[in-house]
Amino acid sequence: MLKKQKNMNWVMTLLKGRTFLILAVLVVFFSFASPNFFTINTGLTVAKHVALYGIMGIGMTFVIITGGIDLSVGAVAGFAGMIAGGLINEGLKIGFLGITIYFSVPWVILISALCGVLIGWLNGIIITKFRVAPFIATLGTMNVARGLANLRSNGATFSNIVGKKPLGNTGFDILGQSFLGIPAGVIILIIIAIIAAILLKSTSFGWHIFAIGGNEKAAKLSGVKVAKDTTIVYMFSGLCSAIVGMIAAAQLVASHPATGEGWEMNAISAAVLGGTSMAGGIGSVGGTIIGAFIIGVINDGMTMCGVSEFWQKVIKGIVVIAAVVVDQFQRNLQAKIALQARNAQ
Amino acid sequence: MDKDVVLHAEAIDKIYPGTKALDNVSYDVIKGKVNVLIGENGAGKSTLMKIIAGIEQPSSGKLYMGDEEISFKNTTEARARGIGIIHQELSLFPNLTVYQNIFMGRECTKGFKIDNKTHIAETKRVLAKLEHIINPNTLVGELRVGQQQMIEIARNFLQDDLKILIMDEPTSSLSQNEVKVLFKLMREFTDAGIAIVYISHRLEEIMEIGDNVTILRDGKYVASGEVKDISVPWIVKQMVGSEKSYPKRERGIDWDKQETVLEVKDLTLPKSGGGYLLNKVNFDLKKGEILGIYGLMGAGRTEVFECLMGLRPEHTGTIIKNGKELQIKNINTQIANGFAMVPEDRQSEGLVQTLSIGKNISLSSIDKYTKFGFLDKKAENNAVDQEIKDIMIKVADKNLPILSLSGGNQQKVVIAKGVLTNPEILLLDEPSRGIDIGAKTEVFDIINQYAALGLSIIVISSELKEIVSIADRVIVLSNGIKTGEFNHEEIKEDELVLSSYKGHNAVEKEEVEEMR
Repeated sequence: MLKKQKNMNWVMTLLKGRTFLILAVLVVFFSFASPNFFTINTGLTVAKHVALYGIMGIGMTFVIITGGIDLSVGAVAGFAGMIAGGLINEGLKIGFLGITIYFSVPWVILISALCGVLIGWLNGIIITKFRVAPFIATLGTMNVARGLANLRSNGATFSNIVGKKPLGNTGFDILGQSFLGIPAGVIILIIIAIIAAILLKSTSFGWHIFAIGGNEKAAKLSGVKVAKDTTIVYMFSGLCSAIVGMIAAAQLVASHPATGEGWEMNAISAAVLGGTSMAGGIGSVGGTIIGAFIIGVINDGMTMCGVSEFWQKVIKGIVVIAAVVVDQFQRNLQAKIALQARNAQ
Repeated sequence: MDKDVVLHAEAIDKIYPGTKALDNVSYDVIKGKVNVLIGENGAGKSTLMKIIAGIEQPSSGKLYMGDEEISFKNTTEARARGIGIIHQELSLFPNLTVYQNIFMGRECTKGFKIDNKTHIAETKRVLAKLEHIINPNTLVGELRVGQQQMIEIARNFLQDDLKILIMDEPTSSLSQNEVKVLFKLMREFTDAGIAIVYISHRLEEIMEIGDNVTILRDGKYVASGEVKDISVPWIVKQMVGSEKSYPKRERGIDWDKQETVLEVKDLTLPKSGGGYLLNKVNFDLKKGEILGIYGLMGAGRTEVFECLMGLRPEHTGTIIKNGKELQIKNINTQIANGFAMVPEDRQSEGLVQTLSIGKNISLSSIDKYTKFGFLDKKAENNAVDQEIKDIMIKVADKNLPILSLSGGNQQKVVIAKGVLTNPEILLLDEPSRGIDIGAKTEVFDIINQYAALGLSIIVISSELKEIVSIADRVIVLSNGIKTGEFNHEEIKEDELVLSSYKGHNAVEKEEVEEMR
């Protein structure tokens, strides 16, 4: 009995550290499979991609902790990128006055970010006030955002979004550049990760969203403002997605309305691989970032090994399902250990 | 064996984690009779019936039909033996039609296809027999509760070779006329040799329809008798028992001189589908007093708390705290107003299972322990540690998951969460449910301790002895009506029980008067 429990504890430690283990195994594997993989250049490329999955994944982690899901993240990224690109290349045309306003880059970033927050707010209102299931609500706004992104340019790309000196709106592309060799996206990821981790661990808001996902009824009876906090969480997810959209546009120096298609899968995968429970109530920022690295390494590693895009999809799908299965297994084991501890008392 | 006994249960035990719901109970179901089963909440009547109907399996003990030993894995097997059950809670599908509900699980088929013509025709026939003409194509969700109950009953009438029909409080949502029709049908059944097992909270009804009565208390068999030989006071006496386990407290406070903290006037809560969950309930609460609310299940006890906590914005009536009338908007304003509630269902309403012990304790009051929006972990930890000490929660480490605690300690965590908000009025809904005797005593000690400190407390309890020993004053609710109020020295168990049945009669009388 005692031995068995020791065994269980050992398995538990292994399970808890599994994301790190998987990441290490993957890095070692691809280093052998492709000689160019374990190099600084490849590392920076991977990091650039990881920044996108990571930022989006952090917003998604918040949403999943409340027990919800946000399918609109990819489309919001595309929409925000189109807003930013449009404002830089075409400005804001006010038809009846016959004038066009060109905003400076900080304003462009702020406006585009607010567009993401607005869609997040809509998600929150639809979910909490109209009691629509998060899956359906965000599926709807996903299509709305994607449609709006295409409408902005009639499906065309805003290319060369560097601005013009005389208009005073140059400099958007710094979001895609590197500083001291570190891509701007990675720096932004680090900043957002720190803020998000503090929010989650050290504020009452953070604990309230854990409570909402763990037991919404008990949270409500304990005085947690469930509707308000949930709405803020979706707004935060919208903000993260909009930032990702802008970084992606800056990296390419162009906004394309199809940017971010299917990225919700990356964000959800990063969160789930990082130990966020789809049932709600469990998750962490650090875990999600490791999850984002796993996704990044799988993506880029497979590409470098010449695995076709179609096979990549198959493998990524299997990885996510396996992550949830292992997660479920861990939870059952945890409950068993807790029960044993209780009986031993 | 007596040949009139259609089913015999021998020495049945049923153990749930933490409690023994049935303890060595033997029971006979007599052919062609209305066999009444009665007892307080938690006496084990429903559990016994669930075992006979195959919904639950006994932990030990045997069932016999005739001389043959039987056991049921599920309701289908019990049904094959001619045993049907009408549930206390409706187990219908509101999204399906009347005939689909009646034939669910026993569909008639023609080859591959479901034979809806037969379904509809049979449904019409059965409903006509029940003197209830309802279009078989109506969605059950659109029916009144009383009509739904009839559908539930109709489901069982379809069965061929029915031998035993179990009815668990079938009349609780029926009108007087519907009850009459039901009783007439029950007589037809018994005349045809079918045994009926009847559970009801309406004592008068039992005297009218019952043939023999069996009384359970705390999971044990107490007494039985023929209805013609017994009286209502005898039944109540058997239900209550004579043993006294908890000592009654003597606090020596003159309550008339204490200030009134809370006054509730004409508290009324309408029931969806007509009637009232609460009907003009009045009471007050003094500083430092423990007020008990006693009543049967569904009497409206929990609803009083829900109104006070702002969870039932549709309620009417006046609620005055410290001389000021409260405008109750939502639960947050009520927590700010000094109310705290410990809900009845610990697992689904009290705890967040994914959070640690410490976080569960501070959940309601966490905003108090922040500086500029950031958690002041030190202040929070100190408060949580103090609370763990005050409430005597046995815990090795407050960062452990909440599920590592025993039921009693989990309950203390929920109480600690409420107390930490610094309330003036603490509402406890069945605080001792599902915890062992030792933890119960501790929970009562905690309640007494806070009352002595001046906290005003309202306790809901279904357990008579508990409420008698802990409360300074008890009000009794029955069917949403306040039917009794007893001060400390007047609190007597049998008086409480009698009051808890009064509300049903009052409604019936009103209905009778309305009919005139």
